[in-house]
Amino acid sequence: MSLLDVDSLTITYRGSRQPVVQDLCFTLGRGDTLGLVGESGSGKTQTAMALLGLLPASAQVDGSVRFAGEELLGAGPSVLNRIRAMRIAMVFQDPGAALNPYVRIGRQIKRILVGHRICGGDEARERTLDMLGKVGLPDPERQYRAFPHELSGGMRQRALIGAALLGQPDLLVADEPTTALDVTVQAQILELIRNLHAQTNSALLLITHDLGVIAGNCERMLVMENGELVEEGATREVFSSPQHATTRALISAAPDISSRYWLFGPRLTPTRYSRLKSSASVFASGMQYAVRSSRQSGRFHSPSKRARPWPSSANPVPAKPASCARYWA
Amino acid sequence: MSVSPALGPAIRRLRANRVVMVCLVSLLVLAIVALLGPFLTPHRYMDTDFGARFLAPTFSDWHLFGTDELGRDLFSRTLLGVQVTLFVAVIASIVSLGLGVAYGATAGFIGGKTDALMMRAVDALYALPFVFLVILLMVVFERNFMLIFVAIGAINWLDMARIVRGQTMSLKQREFVDAARLMGVSTPRIILRHITPNLVGVVVVYMTLTIPQAILVESFLSFLGLGVQEPQTSLGALVNGGTAYMERAPWLLIVPATVLALVLFCFNFLGDGLRDVADPKQA
Amino acid sequence: MLRYALLRILGAIPTLLLVVAIAFMMVHAAPGGPFDSERVLPPEIEDNVNQAYHLDESLPEQFLRYVDGVLHGDLGPSYRFRDYTVTELIAAALPLSMRLGALAMLIAVTAGVSAGIVAALKKNTLVDRLVTGAAMIGISVPVFVIAPLMVLVFAVFLKWLPASWAGGSGPGRLLMPVIALALPQIAYIARLTRASMIGVMNSDFVRTARAQGLSTLSIVCYHALKPAMLPLLSYMGPAIAAVLTGSVVVEEVFGIPGVGQFFIRGALNRDYTLVLGITVFYAALVIALNLVVDLLYGVLDPRIRTR
Repeated sequence: MSLLDVDSLTITYRGSRQPVVQDLCFTLGRGDTLGLVGESGSGKTQTAMALLGLLPASAQVDGSVRFAGEELLGAGPSVLNRIRAMRIAMVFQDPGAALNPYVRIGRQIKRILVGHRICGGDEARERTLDMLGKVGLPDPERQYRAFPHELSGGMRQRALIGAALLGQPDLLVADEPTTALDVTVQAQILELIRNLHAQTNSALLLITHDLGVIAGNCERMLVMENGELVEEGATREVFSSPQHATTRALISAAPDISSRYWLFGPRLTPTRYSRLKSSASVFASGMQYAVRSSRQSGRFHSPSKRARPWPSSANPVPAKPASCARYWA
Repeated sequence: MSVSPALGPAIRRLRANRVVMVCLVSLLVLAIVALLGPFLTPHRYMDTDFGARFLAPTFSDWHLFGTDELGRDLFSRTLLGVQVTLFVAVIASIVSLGLGVAYGATAGFIGGKTDALMMRAVDALYALPFVFLVILLMVVFERNFMLIFVAIGAINWLDMARIVRGQTMSLKQREFVDAARLMGVSTPRIILRHITPNLVGVVVVYMTLTIPQAILVESFLSFLGLGVQEPQTSLGALVNGGTAYMERAPWLLIVPATVLALVLFCFNFLGDGLRDVADPKQA
Repeated sequence: MLRYALLRILGAIPTLLLVVAIAFMMVHAAPGGPFDSERVLPPEIEDNVNQAYHLDESLPEQFLRYVDGVLHGDLGPSYRFRDYTVTELIAAALPLSMRLGALAMLIAVTAGVSAGIVAALKKNTLVDRLVTGAAMIGISVPVFVIAPLMVLVFAVFLKWLPASWAGGSGPGRLLMPVIALALPQIAYIARLTRASMIGVMNSDFVRTARAQGLSTLSIVCYHALKPAMLPLLSYMGPAIAAVLTGSVVVEEVFGIPGVGQFFIRGALNRDYTLVLGITVFYAALVIALNLVVDLLYGVLDPRIRTR
């Protein structure tokens, strides 16, 4: 039985006829790593929020989300609170805003354990300190007592990841965990997530607009556009033979990244990552441009200088490494 | 806070808010009735009639609200009260406006240290019990009608100054200001001819909030016997008068008190509604 | 933090001086002297009187003399209550006024904050609409309208409570004045708390807390309350000033022999030093309390505290 089973998830906001997420279906097994990618506004974050019941009251959610057999949509607060942090945990995009600036870090994080009645007082403190160390904070005692504004962005995100894993959840949802951080820090955070995933064998749902992040961290991926799921499959296969126009546009807009990531995989180092990432910002804007222009004209306009022929019968999509062969040099 | 360029949808939203529309209409009706006042009743506000003192509200002889201790018709006096109250409030608000805009626009436009200093002054003045100073002023320079406007206006300009300064600072960044500067337009002229017209939207919204404050101060002064003098009257003075005779003729208190409360209520609601429409993000 | 505190304290002093200067200027700009309305005095006696009250000195000298007096707690003699100094009069009337004001503030904060929090948590339900509506009425109806109306209803019609201070004894006669004084503040505080609370509950860190599975009660107590209360703390300054102003009306309507009543008597009797003295005293009080509030804010906001 799969861990997470999403069936025909549809989210519509009151007063709007167009749903932000439409008929989304996917499953997630224990220990899986799934990437969810798409432009801004494609519904990725909405999906994540829906899993934990964090959508505002004006959102109407239809469909089914079953976690370990239990239906989450429409469940009452007691059910949801039992699941949150203990079975499903979430890390948000902006660590600065996600932490309460008026409460010390240690106390905020410790509250998870106390609130869920796992342990109290000193033991909670010990466990929190332990986790702060595990996520790589240099001086856990000091950071425990600190306020959020005294920490850098990367440290805050580490603390939040630690907080998320404190309850030993079966599923970690990371919504653009690195977007708000500096380039070098991003690589470190992703590495941290990867390591912890390997240690705990929890499932990982990684949401991002950056294909490079997907390539390095997720075995399977989903592509969303305008609230709909347009492509899904194993990351390598999707990268090498994308089926949907959007996916093709996404990949083609920065071919360097997809191929090199695909090759480097776990041998990603900060330097390589930063090099690729800087072309990713070009990629991000190029992506929007590419998607839109290809939709309009039916032809593909690549913002990169090297025009690539569109796959067709005369020009069949080559087998796996061919697309990277061109960019090896 | 945005200077709402999209007036159409803003007005539509305003119309949708039922209570705000009711308040707006009520105020307009009240203003019209007050203006037409003298024609609606055969009694004039200063006519005393010692044979008809302390009459309860009755339809006979057109004493719809009754009479007061001197036999004067309360209905016509209430109408006069509304006229005077609104008049004083609007003029005083304009004074506040003038002070606030001048101060705020200058501070916002010049920016830097001057702005910081000016705003610190505003902060310092903010929590002072201005009313005491105003009372002192009224006591010392007694019975000066002009002074009332200035005094009341002097209390409420701080809010306006802050808002105008904020607006000016955001406007300052816009292109037409740079264009004007490049053409060599002097600073005061820029403030006057370019910035000020764009402040109109914000100013209108906040006027609807300054007017009730001005009404409150004026009524307070009248209540203490320091505001509008006989035979003129304002709603505050009427409440004061009514308090003295509340056991004998409760309507003398109830009528002006209710009217005053309604006017203030409508203005406050209207102001809130306008503020929501102009900038829905600002709680 | 220390810098913040020092700056605030240093800023308060010129503010107070400014107020004293303005008030002083106003009083002495009055047409005619303080004794003009009385019997015409022969010139020698007038000179003596002027000398005794230092009115023959130049204005700046009088000002400095006054400020010196203020710093020593001497606000000058009362022009009308001949045997008393202003300080003595204020000291006599102060305890009652303080009791009135403090009780009103206490009730206002307690009731207002509770109403605000409840309205925020139950946003857009009937409870919320009732609270918001009541608050709107509260800020629209001024104290000098509420007070007489309350007297009318509770003392004249229902005869439950005494109509004035002199009309009864014991705590019952404080009930109406305190409530009348507190009502507008309850409304303002409720509105402010509600808006602040809603803002906090919509913030990202509360979303994180929800994602961490904390109950609403837990979130309110441990995460939301402190940030939501900070704007309220900032409002305390103007609130105190408003209570002081309102107390003048309430004391007048209910006949309570407090500082406010002395102020009105002084205003109507042209007792300039008394009015000036009370204004200065109230201004100093407000400035001091604002300072306390500012310092408290600095303590409670960690971003200021640890700088």
